[in-house]
Amino acid sequence: MKKFKRVFIYLFLSTAAIVSIFPFLWMLVSMTNKSVDVTAGRLIPGTHLIENFRNLLEQTQIGLAIWNSLVIAVITTFLTLLIGSLAGYGFEIYRSKMKDVVFNILILSMMIPFAAIMIPLYRLFGQISNDAPLIGLDTLAAAFLPTIITAFFIFFFRQNTKMFARELVEAGRIDGLSELGIFFRIYLPTMKTTYAAAAIIAFMNSWNNYLWPLVVLQSPEKQTIPLLISNLGAGYTPDYGVIMLAIVIATLPTAIVFFLMQRHFVAGMMGSVKG
Amino acid sequence: MNQQLSQTVKPTFMQRFKKNYIGWIFILLSVVGISLFYFYPMVQAFILSLQSGMGANLDFVGFDNYVRLFNDPTFITALTNTILYLLIQVPVMIVLALIFSVLLNDPTLKFRGFFRTAIFLPAVTSLVAYAVIFKYLFGNDGIVNDLLISLNLMSEPIAWLSDPFWAKITIIIAITWRWTGYNMIFYLSALQNVDKSMYEAARIDGASALQQFFFITIPLLKPIILFTSIVSTIGTLQLFDEVMNITSGGPGNATMTISMYIYNLSFEYTPDFGYAATVSYVILIIVVVLSFIQFKLAGDRD
Repeated sequence: MKKFKRVFIYLFLSTAAIVSIFPFLWMLVSMTNKSVDVTAGRLIPGTHLIENFRNLLEQTQIGLAIWNSLVIAVITTFLTLLIGSLAGYGFEIYRSKMKDVVFNILILSMMIPFAAIMIPLYRLFGQISNDAPLIGLDTLAAAFLPTIITAFFIFFFRQNTKMFARELVEAGRIDGLSELGIFFRIYLPTMKTTYAAAAIIAFMNSWNNYLWPLVVLQSPEKQTIPLLISNLGAGYTPDYGVIMLAIVIATLPTAIVFFLMQRHFVAGMMGSVKG
Repeated sequence: MNQQLSQTVKPTFMQRFKKNYIGWIFILLSVVGISLFYFYPMVQAFILSLQSGMGANLDFVGFDNYVRLFNDPTFITALTNTILYLLIQVPVMIVLALIFSVLLNDPTLKFRGFFRTAIFLPAVTSLVAYAVIFKYLFGNDGIVNDLLISLNLMSEPIAWLSDPFWAKITIIIAITWRWTGYNMIFYLSALQNVDKSMYEAARIDGASALQQFFFITIPLLKPIILFTSIVSTIGTLQLFDEVMNITSGGPGNATMTISMYIYNLSFEYTPDFGYAATVSYVILIIVVVLSFIQFKLAGDRD
C-alpha cells in the first residue's frame, strides 16, 4: 500500500514536471526547424537554426527591440531601486505618525489596477508631447516613467529595513556621516541581498511589460521585445521557426539571471511577506 | 554619556524638526511620483467617466456612462468572463501549488530539486512569450490535439481556440501553467520554517497524512496563502496579456476580459475615453472590495 502510494506520487510529480517543461522543449526544438515541420508536429531538432536566425534579422528589427527593452529595463531597475529604497528607509528609520499616514495612503495605490489609470496617463503624455517631446508619447522615457515609482517597492524596502540594525545609523551619526551618507555608505552595502531581490523583480517586470508600452510606443523603431513577439504571433502567415527563435532570445536572459539569483529572490520576497 | 542618554530619551525641538525634515526628503520623490502617476490619473479617470464623445471631443454627460454599463452586453460578458477566470483559476492554482509544496517538502523524496525547478520553470517566461507558445500548442492542428488523439483519448480534435467554452478553458490552463510553480515557491519556503516535531506529535496521536495537511499545514500557511490569493486575485482581475495574445478576446467576445475591453474601447474601436474610464472604475471598485474582504477575513481569524 505504501509502495503504491509512493509510485503514485512520483507519477503525479513526473506528469507535472513534463507538462511544465514541454513548452520549453518544444520552443527549443522548433527554433531549429522549418515552419512546415513545426506545423507537422516535428519534435526532434532540425538544421534550420541559422536560416531562422537570418530570417529573423531580415524580417524584424530584433536587435533594436532588444536594445530598447534593455535601455528601458536598466534605467527602470536603477531608478526603481534608488527611489524605492530611499522611501522605504525614510519611512522606517524616520518614523513619525504623519509619515505613517502618508505611507498608508501610498500603499493604497497598490490596489489601483493599471487599466484604470492607463487612459489618463496616455492623455497626460499626449498633452506634454508638444512641450517636452523627449518624454512625450512614443518615447522610451514615456515607457518607463510611470513604472519607476511603485508602492510595492517602497513597501518591500520598508519591510526589509526592519531587519536592518538601527545601531548602525547611530554609529554613522557618531562618526560624523550625514544622513544621506549613512544611507549610501552604510545601509546600501549592508542590504545587498534585498537590493538583489528587488533588482530581479524590477528588471523582469520591465523586460516583460506589455500593456503600457503597447499603448505608448507606436513607431516600429521604438518596439520592445514583448511588442515584437506579440506582432510576430499575430501575423496571418506565421513563420513558427523564426517566432520560436525570437521567444527563446527574449526568454533566455531573464531565465539565466533568475536562476543565478534565485536564492536572493526567494529570501527577499519572504522578507517582505513576513514583516 | 549621560548627556547622550538624555538626548535619545527627550530630543529637543530642533532635533526633532531636523529628524523629521530629513525623513521627508527621503520620501519626497515617491510621494510626488505616486501622486502624479497614480492618484492624479485616478481623479482624471473619474472626471473622464462623466464625459462622453469621440477622441478629444468630450462633453459632460453626468452618470450616463454608468447607466450605459448595465445595457452593454460586451461589458457584461467581459465582467462575467473575468469573474469566471477568478473563481475557477485562482482556487485550482492555489490547491495545486499547495499539493506540490507538501509533496516536495518530504526529505525522503528523490529528485526533489529537479521537480521543484521543473515546476517553477514557467514562472521565468514573459507573459507575451508563453501566450504565443500556448496559442500554437492549442491550435486546431497543434501539438496538444495531436497528442490527445494519438493517445486515443479522443477521436476528433478539440477547437481549443475557436469554441467559446474551450477557449476559456485554454486561458485558464495557460494561466495555471504559468503561475502554479511561482506560488509553490512561497509555500515551500514557508514550510521549511515549520517545526517538524508538530508533525511527529500528530503522527503519534494517529493523525493521517490528510488530517496533518488540513489541521497543521493549512493553518500554519494561512498568512502566506492569503497573501498569494490577494496577489493572484488582483492579477487575474487585470488579465490582459494572455487573452490578447492567445485568443484576442475571441471567438466573438467569449474570452474578453475587462482590461481588454478598456483597451479596445480606447485604442481599437472608435476611441471613447469617457466610457473606457467608466469601465475602468468598475475594475477598481472590484479590486478594492475584494481586497478589503480578504484582509477582513484574515484579520478576524488571526
